[in-house]
Amino acid sequence: MATKKHWLEHPATQNFVIPILAVVLSFAVGAVFILIVGQNPFEVYSILFSQTLGTTYGIGQLLFKTTPLIFAGLSVALCFRAGLFNIGAEGQLQIGAFMTALVGMYTLGVPSFIEIPLLVAAGMVGGGLWGFIPGYLKAKTGAHEVINTIMLNFVAAALVSYFVTNIYNVPATVHTPPIAPTGRIPRFDAIFSGFEGSPVNFSLLIALLAALSVWYYVERTRYGYELRVVGLNSKAAEYGGISVSKNIILSMTIGGAIAGLVGTNFVMGYKYYFEEGFSTGTGFMGIAVALLGNNSPFGVVLAALLFGMLEYGGLVINTMVPKELVSILQAIVIIFVISSNKIFRRILVNFLKKRILSVND
Amino acid sequence: MKKGFSIILSVVLITSAASLFESCGKGQPSAPPNSEVGLVFDVGGRGDKSFNDAAYLGLQMAKDSLGIKYQYIEPSGGSDRESALRQLASQKSIGLVFGVGFIFTDDITNVAKDFPDKKFACIDYSYDSTKALPKNLIAIEFRENEGSFLVGAIAGLMTKTNKVGFIGGMESPLIRKFQAGYQAGVKYVNPRCKVLVAYAGVTGEAFKNPAKGKELALSQYSQGADIIYHASGVTGLGVFEAARELKRYAIGVDMDQWNEAPGFVLTSMVKKGNVAVYDIIKEWKQGKFNGGTAEIFGLRDNGVDFVYDKNNKPLIPDAVYKKVESLRTDIIDGKIKVPTQ
Repeated sequence: MATKKHWLEHPATQNFVIPILAVVLSFAVGAVFILIVGQNPFEVYSILFSQTLGTTYGIGQLLFKTTPLIFAGLSVALCFRAGLFNIGAEGQLQIGAFMTALVGMYTLGVPSFIEIPLLVAAGMVGGGLWGFIPGYLKAKTGAHEVINTIMLNFVAAALVSYFVTNIYNVPATVHTPPIAPTGRIPRFDAIFSGFEGSPVNFSLLIALLAALSVWYYVERTRYGYELRVVGLNSKAAEYGGISVSKNIILSMTIGGAIAGLVGTNFVMGYKYYFEEGFSTGTGFMGIAVALLGNNSPFGVVLAALLFGMLEYGGLVINTMVPKELVSILQAIVIIFVISSNKIFRRILVNFLKKRILSVND
Repeated sequence: MKKGFSIILSVVLITSAASLFESCGKGQPSAPPNSEVGLVFDVGGRGDKSFNDAAYLGLQMAKDSLGIKYQYIEPSGGSDRESALRQLASQKSIGLVFGVGFIFTDDITNVAKDFPDKKFACIDYSYDSTKALPKNLIAIEFRENEGSFLVGAIAGLMTKTNKVGFIGGMESPLIRKFQAGYQAGVKYVNPRCKVLVAYAGVTGEAFKNPAKGKELALSQYSQGADIIYHASGVTGLGVFEAARELKRYAIGVDMDQWNEAPGFVLTSMVKKGNVAVYDIIKEWKQGKFNGGTAEIFGLRDNGVDFVYDKNNKPLIPDAVYKKVESLRTDIIDGKIKVPTQ
């Protein structure tokens, strides 16, 4: 008689249970640090959860933080599937968001149904260009994308900083003039009053749409198939008649374009201008989001939600614990979740073995 | 593996048990409404040895002498500023919220409009007299030009080469205010003295570039300047390095910067964020919060000053000190008008 499978044996449940277990344990380790700074972990955590998930305003803030993380995570994940490590999402999103703001300030009076797609496209072109460069260099010269994307991050930051402070600057500020009012993406609180005050806006839908598109592209199209084959084994792909260099360029460009959409959230949906320093490492967080989300678009959305909660939650508990502790907590979660896969799987397997043995006895 | 798991488990259990004990001990009573003060730092945050630290000092002074409780947030990025202000303003116990730095200008204006029952104050708010401030918001400004006038007078009286220097960070109306006051001070006491002026740049980076600061300082010293006043943030560290190397004098800014080049820091023009924070809290507590206007801290209010203590006393002759003190009185009495640009 075949033994019935324990519910924990299914890989799908394991993929779900393991990250959750990891998050719970990382919070437990975080509690030790909270104790060290002399606060009560229960109190801190209860505030963290109640003020992020317990109010509509908190959820709005959380979703506002989630949106850029989805874009950055998708960007990194897509490149990962092609076997490329895109550390350049930060630079790509800077250039993309800046392009959005730049086009937005010169296109006053254009009706919304043209202006919004135009600004979205501007962001994608800017980010796409910043992804194309390392992709092209990798494909044509073999120059490693990790080094080139890191270097381009510096170039992007310096370029944008130069333009914002020297040329497109509103005096006594660190931001550009506002974009055309028709290019604004409406905020949630314009429709649902519960979100009052939180800057979450409909660029979240663009993010979800992007996730869906990436999924469809990677899993359901011929191009996506080629991309995956290149990622799994580029030599075999070449042998099978798939152009590796074309796929490298294409995936880096698309990845960059997705990262470039971050401006939809901050520039088009929140401040209506580009501000120097608006992104504090969103692109790098994207790497963690992609890893935690197992490089699948659906996983990326979930991971972005978790990190969105941690980011806003960090601000919420900042009155009780120092900023540094918040960063420690975030880092612990990332480390736990990413290293947990093997460890917890083994624990699970051991646990199951014993159960099955004892049942058989 | 089993061992590893049990270790993790015991960590969890111990921490939860420990925290249970703690929570039993405390039982925090909730503070009465509008009794506390909230403050949001600029991205630099505490530990910048300048503006943020001065604001924090003000909070502590208020705690010690007025018995005020406070909460603060150190945001880590551009989109966090508004959220942090909102978070503090939405707490029942908090009645007054500070933003530290000009970068809060837009955010605090918006939040103040959304919380008409709460009071707000913003240090270095870029005040535009053509736009009305919300009635519950105070724009805190400093008369940096007045403090700079006094250190300019010290430089003008003490120079031996009849040449002094000024090094600014980012070229902007704010820093030009320092320059204007300084130049006026030098010329007032020594009309024949030349003032060399240089700026490190036109971007925010110009406040973070010590190498550039040193280069500019070396150049001015080599042109014959024997005292340099800087208003350039971290860039100024390069100015002090040059002063140490060439054994010339430099003048610090914002805080007492004696320790950057002991023996060569003639004085520092201090901008007292702590006094501003403390005074506003005090007025608010006494029910005299006067929103909708700019509150200006100059020499009269002890909001700006220059350092004269046991460290630099030996460097400054008594006659110079007396003269500068009389200028202070003249400025406070309105006999001397210090230009701003």
